[in-house]
Amino acid sequence: MFRKYTVQLILVTLGGIITYLAYEELIGLYTLSVLMFMGVNIIMSTSLNLVNGNMGEFSCGHAGFMCVGAYVSSLLGVLLFSKDKIFGPPLLNPDLAIYFFPLVIIAGGIAAAFAGLLVALPSYKTRGDYLAIITIAANYIIISSIENLNVIGGSRGFMGMKKVINAMEDIIYLPWMVIWVFVFTVATVWALRRYTSSTFGKGVAAICQDEVAAEIMSVNTNKIKTITFMLSSGLAGIAGGLFAYIIGYVNPGSFNILKSTEALVMVYLGGMGSLSGAVLSAILFTVLLELLRPLQIIKWVVIPLLLIVLMQFRPEGIMGNRELSDIFPRLKRFYKFK
Amino acid sequence: MTLLAVENLVVKYGNIQALHGINFHVNPGEIVTLIGANGAGKTTSLYAITRLPPPEAPRVVSGDILFEGNSILKTPPSTVVKDLKLALVPEGRHIFGNLTVMENLVLATYARDQKIDFSKEYQRIFDLFPRLAERKDQRSESLSGGEQQMLAVGRALMTGCTFLLLDEPSMGLAPVLKYDLFRTLKRLNEEGMTILLIEQNANLALHLAHRGYVLDTGEIVAEGTAEKLLGNPEVKKAYLGG
Repeated sequence: MFRKYTVQLILVTLGGIITYLAYEELIGLYTLSVLMFMGVNIIMSTSLNLVNGNMGEFSCGHAGFMCVGAYVSSLLGVLLFSKDKIFGPPLLNPDLAIYFFPLVIIAGGIAAAFAGLLVALPSYKTRGDYLAIITIAANYIIISSIENLNVIGGSRGFMGMKKVINAMEDIIYLPWMVIWVFVFTVATVWALRRYTSSTFGKGVAAICQDEVAAEIMSVNTNKIKTITFMLSSGLAGIAGGLFAYIIGYVNPGSFNILKSTEALVMVYLGGMGSLSGAVLSAILFTVLLELLRPLQIIKWVVIPLLLIVLMQFRPEGIMGNRELSDIFPRLKRFYKFK
Repeated sequence: MTLLAVENLVVKYGNIQALHGINFHVNPGEIVTLIGANGAGKTTSLYAITRLPPPEAPRVVSGDILFEGNSILKTPPSTVVKDLKLALVPEGRHIFGNLTVMENLVLATYARDQKIDFSKEYQRIFDLFPRLAERKDQRSESLSGGEQQMLAVGRALMTGCTFLLLDEPSMGLAPVLKYDLFRTLKRLNEEGMTILLIEQNANLALHLAHRGYVLDTGEIVAEGTAEKLLGNPEVKKAYLGG
């Protein structure tokens, strides 16, 4: 009875501790932002893992969808709740921001999900390497469109999200960003676990293995691909929205192919198709990036080098396609990953 | 009432015409076989019936495929399996190699109402193919060719089909396994399954089937009951070795 809720209890406690530490300012802003980027990275790697690991397609334009989510939720938030030199006075009372903030983030996710159609529709007839090229193209289409939209700042970027957060903190003083990043991260992992263990998830596994066989087993491959791509890019959009509000500034340049590659590295580091692997590798990768920060630009020599070493000695990643509960069977008493 | 009727079917791969207007039909409860040499258009006709999407499927240029009197040319493949209860055992088996035998069977229930208890049906598959029961938790990649073929048939049965289409099930099987498999097909048919069988091994196929059609380079050159075809001197000469 008690054991059944262990995971929920641990999560609530963890969230509570982090929030308390942030509230009392016991941990510095730097550590706090690393923790928040960890959450964003977890969302990115688990959602990309759905397409690359579970469905077996190779998407390398994940940052593009993150960009859509970041821009849509930033624009919406600023438009509704803060005074801006482009949009003028807020459309709604800034006091309402505290309630509408999660909806704004989710709206960014929905917009990104529809941007995901850019990849989902061609995927009906294209597979493998050719689809990978389409995903890169989608990434560039999104970035270039935003760079050329001068209304929202073009390549100079867009800011003003801090005001929305400040408006929220004026009502009730709490570290809102920390709370929402935590909530969305947990919700993402939960949703993905539910999705991959559902009947749809079986269809995704079938597509990964053999598309023809999936089709003759009555899996509507087009439908499953559409849903999976939309879910994956939608979650990337949520990650983008959170990312934008953490930094308080977005520009299209930060969602280029390098950002997509980071997401790919996390998926391959964790192990293809392993949800817990994707979570672990996102945590590890974020910490690694911060530890190597003193190396400055050489960081981008060391990290790819680590990737080569990884591929050489453990090509299946940290977890392979296993979950934590497969490696430590005792965990199954508390939680089932599949 | 015919279950499946193919009428004047003309089919193309790109510019190459693979079927030049063939006609055949299958009645409920029958075993019908299409025999023919390599490249005669046997697999093409099956792919056209199961509506596999491109790039696998050929393009239907003219003619019609009727299932219980309705055209299925516009039906997506998932509906063909789900609502028409028609399952294909493809050439080369196409099993999910990374999954275990049991997982393959579970996946086949994809289209069906998950609230049903399938345990009886799994048991039936294991009764039909005892070898699969022994290897239930093995990765299906590690099975031998014959066992993989059994799994492919078992998997098709788990879709809840009433009409089974088999594409060269005897390919690459040892003679003993081949006879085993055909005996199982006969047993399924006696339990009410309609079967459309495609075979290169004309002798074996005609001994199992009720009726047969002989395909040659996209045209039907002979048809009739199995006994009649076995006695047909032309067929004898071309496919049965004199």
